Parts: sequence; C-alpha cells; structure tokens
Amino acid sequence: MSKHINVALIGNPNTGKSSVFNHLTGLNQKTGNYPGITVEKKQGVCRLPRGVKATVLDLPGTYSLNASSLDENVVIELLLNKNDKDFPDVAVVVSDVENLKRNLLLFTQIKDLNIPAILVINMSDRMRRKGIRIDTEMMEQMLHTKVALVSARKNEGMALLKEHIAAYKKISTKPCLSIDQIDPDYFGSLQQTFPNQSLYKLWMVITQDVNFARVERKRMEAQDGNHTRSTSFLKRLQQKETIKRYQFINQVLKACYVKDFQKATDLRGRLDRILTHKVWGFVIFFIILMSIFQALYDWSGVPMDFIDTSFAQLSDWVKTTLPSWLAPNLIAEGIIPGLGGIVIFVPQIAMLFFFISILEETGYMSRVVFITDRVMRRFGLSGKSVIPLISGTACAIPAIMATRNIENWKERLITILVTPFTTCSARLPVYLILIGLIIPNERILGANLQGLVLMIFYLLGFAMALLAAFVLHKIMPNNKASYFVIEMPNYRLPLLKNVVLTLIEKTKSFVLEAGKVILAISILLWVLASNGPGSTFKNAQEEVAKTVAVTDSGFEQQLSAYKLEHSYLGILGKGIEPVIRPLGYDWKIGIAIVSSFAAREVFVGTLATIYNVGDAEEVTIKNRMASETYADGSPVFTLASGLSLMVFYAFAMQCMSTLAIVRKETNSWRWPAIQLVVMTAIAYLGALATFQYFNL
Amino acid sequence: MRLTLADLEVGDTAIIDSFDVEELPMKLIEMGCLPGNEVGLLQLAPYRDPLYLNISGAHLAIRRETAKRIFVQKKGE
Repeated sequence: MSKHINVALIGNPNTGKSSVFNHLTGLNQKTGNYPGITVEKKQGVCRLPRGVKATVLDLPGTYSLNASSLDENVVIELLLNKNDKDFPDVAVVVSDVENLKRNLLLFTQIKDLNIPAILVINMSDRMRRKGIRIDTEMMEQMLHTKVALVSARKNEGMALLKEHIAAYKKISTKPCLSIDQIDPDYFGSLQQTFPNQSLYKLWMVITQDVNFARVERKRMEAQDGNHTRSTSFLKRLQQKETIKRYQFINQVLKACYVKDFQKATDLRGRLDRILTHKVWGFVIFFIILMSIFQALYDWSGVPMDFIDTSFAQLSDWVKTTLPSWLAPNLIAEGIIPGLGGIVIFVPQIAMLFFFISILEETGYMSRVVFITDRVMRRFGLSGKSVIPLISGTACAIPAIMATRNIENWKERLITILVTPFTTCSARLPVYLILIGLIIPNERILGANLQGLVLMIFYLLGFAMALLAAFVLHKIMPNNKASYFVIEMPNYRLPLLKNVVLTLIEKTKSFVLEAGKVILAISILLWVLASNGPGSTFKNAQEEVAKTVAVTDSGFEQQLSAYKLEHSYLGILGKGIEPVIRPLGYDWKIGIAIVSSFAAREVFVGTLATIYNVGDAEEVTIKNRMASETYADGSPVFTLASGLSLMVFYAFAMQCMSTLAIVRKETNSWRWPAIQLVVMTAIAYLGALATFQYFNL
Repeated sequence: MRLTLADLEVGDTAIIDSFDVEELPMKLIEMGCLPGNEVGLLQLAPYRDPLYLNISGAHLAIRRETAKRIFVQKKGE
C-alpha cells in the first residue's frame, strides 16, 4: 500500500538546505508563489522506502520562528496552521555542522510546537578537517528525535535520512523546553484562559507581529486582553526564552559535540583579511565585476545572434507556408517576433544568474554587502542593493527579482525604483547605432571617442540611479528603525547542481512572467501598425502604385513604409510630433519611440521599417538615417538630436516587462505607474535640455 | 562613558555586558548576542561601519548604530 505524506524542509540560511532538497527531489520540482505574496514556493516529490511517497516543501530559510521578513513569516504561518493543506506530517530541520549551536535554536522551537522533527546535520564532510566529533545516539536521546549526519556535497547519508522520514511516526513529539519555566505566573494564567491550547503555540501567536498572526491575535485579544502586553514586556520574555534555549543547547552540545581546535584551519580568517580589506576588498570586487561583464557580452553574442536568425527564419517560413485562415501575418509579424524578443534575453539572463548564484554559493556575496553598505546608505540604499544595481546593466528584470533579500522595505523599494536607470542590454543596440551615426570615429588622448561616449552613458545611468535614490531617500518617510544583521557564512566551493537548478528556475520564471506581457504588447503593436482608418490605408496598394511600378524591386518596401505611415501607429507618431519637436525628433522617430515603449530594442527594427530598408543590417540603416533630411534639407540626425535621443533612452521607462515585474514585486500598480511617469518626465526634460544646449 | 561594541578595535575580544532588549532586533539576540557571551571584532568596513563580529562562534555583521547599543567589558579588565 502506498502512502503520501507532507514533509517540510526547514533551516537557517547557508546550511545547504537547498542541496538537501535537490538531492531528495531531483528534477521533480515545481516553483510557484504563496497566494497573495511574492515569496517563492518550492515543492518536489520524493520516493521513500516501503512505498511511501512524500511531497517535500522547501520553506524559506529562517533563523528562528520569530519572523522578521515576509519570507520567514511563511514558515511560522504554515507551522501554526494545522488546517493548511501543506501542514507537515514531519519537519526536517537542516543544520550545518559548524554552526550547530545557532541552528539548534530553530530546531528546539519547532520541536516545542509538538511537530515531529528530524535533525539533519549537513556538511559532515567538513568534520574531519575541522576536528569535530558528534555522538549522534546521545544527541537523539537528549533532543527526542532522529539525527541524520549527511553530506549533500558528497551525496552521503541521504538513504538514512529517507529511512528516518519514512518512519516519522516513531519520532517523539516531546518538546525540548517547557515554556512555562520562563515566567510561571504569566504562562500559568495564560494556560488557564486557554486550557485546550498548546502553551508554546499561544506564545508564538502572541509574539508574532506580522500578517496572519494579527488575525489570530485579535481573536485572542477579544477573549482576553491580559496576555498581549507591551512589546517591551514580551521582548524581555523572548530574550529569557532565548537564554533558556541556549542553556539547553549548550548542555546537549557539551555531552555530544567535541571540537578539536588544533585541527581547525583558518581559511575564513585568511580570505576575509583580503576580501573585506578596505582597499583590496574593493579592488577584487571590481575585478570580479569586470570579468563577469566581459563574459556576459563576449559569450552571449553568438547565442543571441542564433536566436535572432532562427526566429527570423521561422517567421519567413510561417508567412510562406501557413494557410491564410491561420492568420499567418499576425503569427509571423506579431507573435513570433514578440516571442523572439523574450527568448533573445535568455542567454544573458541565464548567464547572469549563473554568476550571481556562484557568488552567493561561495559566500562571497555577504562580503560585498559588508564592504559597500556604508557607502550605499548615503543614498538610502543598503549593501544588499549593490547586486541588483549591477545586475541591472544586463537586465532590470532579474535585478529587481534579486532585491528580495533586503529586509528593510524602504531600502528595497528604493532599489526597485531606481534599478531601471542602469544601462540595460536593451539600450545597447540603440546607443550603438546612434553613436556610430553622430560621433566621429576618432581618438582622443589614445582613447576611442565612440567607446568613451558609450562609457559616459553607462556612468550616466549609474549616476542617475544614485541621484534618484538620494532624492527618494529624502522625500520618503522613514519607516520604523531598520535593523541590518547579516550572517557572514563560511567560504565554500559552489555546487554545480545547485547553480544549474537556480539558473533554470529563474530563467523559466522570467520567460513565463515577462513573456506574457511582451507577447500581449507585441500583438497590440502589430495590430496598430497593420491597420489604419479610412481609405488611405485600405487603398495603399493603389496609392503606392501611382508613384512606383508594381514590378519595381522597391515596390514592397515603399508599400510597407506607406502602410506604416497611414496606420494607427503612424497616426499616433504624427500625433505626438508637436510634443517631441522641441527634442529634435520628427514623426518617424516618434513612431519608433511609441513602439519601443514596450521594449527599447524595438527602436532599431522600427526605424528599419520606416526608412524602408529591407533588412535590418546596421550599415544600411545607418546610411539611410544619415541621409534623412527635413523638408528644408537639414539633416534629421545631428549631434544635438542624436545625443538628445540617447539621453531620452537612458532615462525613459520603456520596458513593459520591467513594469510588470515591479507590479509583481511591490504588489501594487502604484509604483510602476510612478516609475513610468517620473522616468518619462526626466527623460523628456533631459532630452530637451540636451537638444537645446547642443543645437545652439 | 561605558564601553560599547562600537568602541572596540579590530582584533579585540570582549564580553557582552548588557543592552536594552527593545533596542536590538530579535534576530541578533537569537544569533547569540546575549549577556555573558564572548564577542570578537574581526573586521571593520570603510568608515568603520558595519562591524564584522564573531559572537561565540556565530559570524555576522551589524551596523555601527546597533553596535553602539551593546555594552561590553574588555577581556582581562
């Protein structure tokens, strides 16, 4: 007979919990979100001995059951709610052999909720080197549990762990600490008021100050106002509880844990002295950054070109092969380029996550947070904002997703709001074509002038992000005192399996989430560009035939240019011409701006269509753009209008996917709306000032 | 003036003396920042902030504003 049980994987961050999860479930994982919040929910299926099947839930890493972030709150919310469909039959608490003391605190808390809990001591492969010995039998007795000594890195001890999980019914639910000894008076009277409830559970409900508990707590207050006292009283009790727990843990460790300090090597100390050094720390950080970006641009070119051509070919194939009732034009010109626009970012996003997860796995990321925190705080940011801002140079979407570990909401929100100012890869094609057009290919003091201008625009993006952060920091109200406590984990070699799984999961979530929006917008744009009001659009064929012979090779191009001009999109472009005239743009550039509202990189493609260049080859568009003139014969693209256009693209919020992800991460349309309006305003004013200054 | 964690120099070790429980995050207390425990200052970031500590085996970093609220006694004094 087969049985199905729920297993919850709980543990401190940096204990290798995810590695244990990956070993238990392999590729049978799925990620989603907890309803209503953006916390990731990871589940997987695991086959256990004797035909038992388990659904394993990988809960967010937490140091204790006293939640200080949304992620951590998920854990306590689940463990307090017996009716939740995911409520565990057994909890597997993952700990790290070198931080056992601190890790056991969480274990004793879970045990006190009367949930059967198995203790996994991970990284057993480090024991010999660190001179650690553990008497697991003794530990099992003292903690009333089963202990599994495992090494997720070497895939050791997993069979024993699975055995323990399958036999979860034998595990005692006896608590480690009787909570009433902390303050007999208080807890005695609490038990009297709620005689049928577990005392520790009541205590948890009283001391939680986030979401779920609030409802439960109000219900308690309605029945009894005596026990939800002032926070200082409760906090003092919590501190007493923590002291008691550590006393208990110290007893356990004294009896079953031996560490021979002579054998311990001090790799951490030696590495830290360099990596967190005032000068060398920064030097090394910049070298690592430079290498990552070099790799990002060098290695992503080939796959990106491949994706680009593949989608173009697919598009052609569809146009010529599909029967007309399947709307081949919509598919070939709307949907396929739309999908291509998503997939083209996959190589860069996957690579960025590859590097970031390596930096995280090794423990280096905490050092970066440490050395940069003070500098970033001047701008209302935190050391934890550095990674999102840097990731933003590839793509703002994964960067905004990477802000989740910033505990302080204000610091996190500012990071989310300013990240889109950093020069993402979608701006690059726009910059490249405009720089090639307006900046002479000369050398100044040995440096290539075009390269110099490109670098200035990257720096401009960062400067604007910091400036915006500074302004937001000054105008936004300070929320309650923020606490910054970060663990500095041990250095470790990254596990390839973890890195690859993270990369797959993040990339998938980008393609699915952002993909929906990009797809919708590109279909809308296609409809607007391929339809127009009245007879001018409908009779395009005849109108164009008046000037160019149908048999002429240029006819098709003339026709598509004519159609675009008279389509709804073209009318829109002409409609905004009075507004963009002061920036130095004509209506054709207007169309390109309107159409690249969904995604910046559409700019070049749109110009290619408007200037009826058959293929989007850069040289030809550039030549065409260079010879584009106004009615009076003056060129459209001058130094002034080109720089103005670049400034516009540097600051404007032209990325539907980013807006969608900001909406998802902040749970409101308010912030993406503000971003859109303010950034576009800054872009407009910046471009206006640039054009007027250089046009003098 | 009582000595606080913020007054230590890199390499110093001290014993945590006392603090007002309301002024510290629960997370820090739970990581072992409790009266009687030993604390060592391992590193200081630029501008001497944040502080990289070893509190009875737990390695963590806190900001100076938090460190100022934790009273300590230097070892051997």
